[in-house]
Amino acid sequence: MSELFRRYGTGMTLTMLAGVAVWVLAMVVLPYFVMVEYSFHPNLTVVEMGGPKDHYTLENYAALFRGVDLLHWDFPDDFRVFLRTMWGASLVTFICLLVCYPVAFYLAKVATPERTAFLLLILVIPFWINEILRTFSWYILLAYSGPLNIVLKALGIIDAPVRWLSGSAGVLIGMTYAFLLFMMFPLYNALETLDRNQIEAARDLGAPTWRIHWRVVIPHAKPGIAVGCIMVFVLAASSYVVPALLGSPGTRWFTETIYSWFFEAQNWPLGSAYAFILLGLCVAFILLMMRLFRVGLTDIAK
Amino acid sequence: MQASRASDRLLQIYLGVFLVYLFLPLVIMAAATFNTSRFPTVTPWLGTTTRWFEALYNDAGMWVALENSFIIGFFVILVSVPLGVAAAVVLNGVHARARSLLYAVMVSPLLTPGVIIGISTLVFWDRLGVKGGLHLAVIGQSSFITAYVMLMVLARLQRFDTSLEEAALDLGASHGQVFRRILAPHLKPAILSGAVLAFFQSFENYNTTLFTRGTDTTLTIYIASKVRTGLTPAVNALGLILILVTVVGAVAYEVMRRRESARERAALRNAERADMEALQIA
Amino acid sequence: MSQDVVLDHVTMRFGDFTAVRDINLTVKAGEFFSFLGPSGCGKTTILRILSGFTEPTEGQVRIGGRDMAGIGPNQRPTALIFQNLALFPLMTVWENIAFGLEVRGVSKEKRRKRAMELLDLIAMPDAADKRISELSGGMKQRVAIARALAVEPKVMLLDEPLSALDLKLRQHMRAELRAIQRRTGVTFIYITHDQGEALTMSDRVAVMSRGRIEQVGAPSDIYDAPRTPFVATFVGENNRFAGTVASVEGGVARVDTPAGPLAGKAGEGVRPGDPAVLFVRPERMRMGQACPNQLSARIHHVDFEGSFANLFLAGPGGGELIVQASNDGALPSLSPGIELSLGFPPESAVVLPASAEAAA
Ligand SMILES: Nc1ncnc2c1ncn2[C@@H]1O[C@H](COP(=O)(O)OP(=O)(O)OP(=O)(O)O)[C@@H](O)[C@H]1O
Ligand SMILES: [Mg+2]
Repeated sequence: MSELFRRYGTGMTLTMLAGVAVWVLAMVVLPYFVMVEYSFHPNLTVVEMGGPKDHYTLENYAALFRGVDLLHWDFPDDFRVFLRTMWGASLVTFICLLVCYPVAFYLAKVATPERTAFLLLILVIPFWINEILRTFSWYILLAYSGPLNIVLKALGIIDAPVRWLSGSAGVLIGMTYAFLLFMMFPLYNALETLDRNQIEAARDLGAPTWRIHWRVVIPHAKPGIAVGCIMVFVLAASSYVVPALLGSPGTRWFTETIYSWFFEAQNWPLGSAYAFILLGLCVAFILLMMRLFRVGLTDIAK
Repeated sequence: MQASRASDRLLQIYLGVFLVYLFLPLVIMAAATFNTSRFPTVTPWLGTTTRWFEALYNDAGMWVALENSFIIGFFVILVSVPLGVAAAVVLNGVHARARSLLYAVMVSPLLTPGVIIGISTLVFWDRLGVKGGLHLAVIGQSSFITAYVMLMVLARLQRFDTSLEEAALDLGASHGQVFRRILAPHLKPAILSGAVLAFFQSFENYNTTLFTRGTDTTLTIYIASKVRTGLTPAVNALGLILILVTVVGAVAYEVMRRRESARERAALRNAERADMEALQIA
Repeated sequence: MSQDVVLDHVTMRFGDFTAVRDINLTVKAGEFFSFLGPSGCGKTTILRILSGFTEPTEGQVRIGGRDMAGIGPNQRPTALIFQNLALFPLMTVWENIAFGLEVRGVSKEKRRKRAMELLDLIAMPDAADKRISELSGGMKQRVAIARALAVEPKVMLLDEPLSALDLKLRQHMRAELRAIQRRTGVTFIYITHDQGEALTMSDRVAVMSRGRIEQVGAPSDIYDAPRTPFVATFVGENNRFAGTVASVEGGVARVDTPAGPLAGKAGEGVRPGDPAVLFVRPERMRMGQACPNQLSARIHHVDFEGSFANLFLAGPGGGELIVQASNDGALPSLSPGIELSLGFPPESAVVLPASAEAAA
């Protein structure tokens, strides 16, 4: 701190510190706190706030779990949505990893440098294109009388058109497509630093290809895998557009539930509690990945 | 060796399929713009037309949304660039222990789901009596876009030789002059790309905006709502235009970045050559 | 008012580490003054205290009689040449030189004119519009000096400015720096760990060790009359003979050493019965002559240097000796294995208390 004052003088240092305080406190930390604090209140009208009915309660959190019946495997709506979101986001993350790994490996270790440079340039283009547009393109593709059904039928893979957009398939397909590149680049960055000689050496020792990947390449890619999984999971779990566009009422996502609590039921405390639960889910996943793959925060924020 | 060549071939085929998978949906969406069908599709192809561009042009709602997106983007730059620069400078100048804590807090918005940033912003400002609207969208978006700017500026700052600041001070410059004449010019490339990125992030943001917008509509909100209600290929026309703009922008940005690093390398070579020449003279 | 630089009981601590310890010193206006000492002895710290980047923990700095406490680097009459030069990479050569004038609000024409004058002074008249990255190491060096001179400082502070240059350029720049100092009459305070630089350029030298000043004096004093064992060993080569003082008479001390009794000029604090060390320069050792101090040693190695040769000998009592023999035609007879008889006059040697050595 004194270092700052020495380098930039009192006036400027105070200005900068004030700016940082505004950002960190008023735009990041305090909003979280207020949201969390809010989630422990009952849903009251403005008049009732601060009145006798206003007290701290866990009701909003309990609401999610009320009616869960493990014996009969019966879940209330919101909880079912929560489970679906958790499961769906995990699945999307895993699919993205599977789909990206060969491409990232090819870019990092097989292709010539010029080709890699060119392909990377090509790959960043969809990355820059809006998530909504990328999702919308699948809306057209997956339509009942859309191109995918026609092609599949022509190839004889299906007999009758599939209603992609009324099951979970559409959401999963759309999310995989929308968040794929968030897996690709971390994976590529990690694999790029792998010494080709290690692969050669393993091959020399007679290791079959799958074993080389299992014992040499994948361990090296761990930080990339962790970062990619974190990105995709958080994006998928908190996606609103994809389920809204490609899903149906039967395939609600947790974000949609939160939205409707906020703006349809006007129950902000409950919405805040759910938002905090969603945040908790994401943080838990991040911590799990950081622990599992032994990476730090600095590796992630790149 | 044999096995490796076969697996390389396999990888190449896979890459081809992957690229098709990546781009075909976008191509189909773009193509649907020119289909006369009232519903955006390429199957069946009912005839080629450009009338959906006209329809888009005549859609007043789209223009309002576009204008809102620009207004938000402009103010997001105005907020997040100065804050991001200040944050990077402060972070660079505090002690190691304070630094890692501050760093964790500052990058946390990047790992926080956008909807939650939107919700916390909405709830916080509602407590202070501020309702949703364009202004709140600016605040919500800036809270995480500032982190992007901060990271970009920080990366550049770490390549800054602090003895330059001291040299300027020693020559009699005030702290303000040091900042303006020495530090700011050094940070300029990062500030410019930070501003571009900030605008872009703001323009395409949906999740945070959804909760903070009040009753205002931005372009992304507009597209999403059109898809659900009142979908016509005019949306495709808009998508096509946005894609073209993005592609041109992304390529230009990429080319600019590569040229910049080429220039830095050339400067280094020049210096080395001058030293060699000096040696030969001496 | 004279522009003397005075360090008055200056001490600098970083935590519980003392980097600079109780320095008292006056650098006279117009002097070329050097601080010489090994790496980490606190030279840069002193310079940063003088230029105002750090405030001393204790003591006072005065320039021209004025106390500098609380006066920032941008308000002091000093200009610092940084160890890495710190030229502004985004400005041209002339903008660099004129920067100090720019921040003082001098008009552009005046700035440019002054920059051109200074470019003439450093013999780079055509370099005004070049970029810094286009300059060679020696040119950068000179631009840094011109930039510092532009603000007409009373005191120039130079932190090992030549250390990044190669040998030839370094020797050339020594002469050039000295010439610039003479021409401008500005006080130069120069830091180096290279004794050749300190001895050739300076009017006076302060030898430092572990945050303390060991000795201040003209280069010839430092070399010929070291006052502490540290100075005797750090500056130039020296042969050392440890022993016990037998007597001190008329400024000459006799020391009983494993090589026999030897005599030399008695330094401060040498008392009979105390342990002491006698130092003799290699070039002061004579061969075969009848001198008061006689000893014999066997050559084990010869380094031929052209105009002279360095003989390395195993002395009596096992210590290594160095003798410099000038190339007067007798060198070929000196080869390893030969036993030499050596001597030196007492006025060529100094005797210093060994306790000072142990403390250093
Ligand atoms: N800011 C600081 N904090 C803690 N210790 C410091 C600081 N600055 C210098 N020191 C310590 O003080 C001692 C003297 O440092 P100084 O830089 O003055 O040495 P120097 O004589 O210039 O050495 P060199 O020849 O290597 O440049 C060193 O041991 C250094 O580690
Ligand atoms: Mg130093």
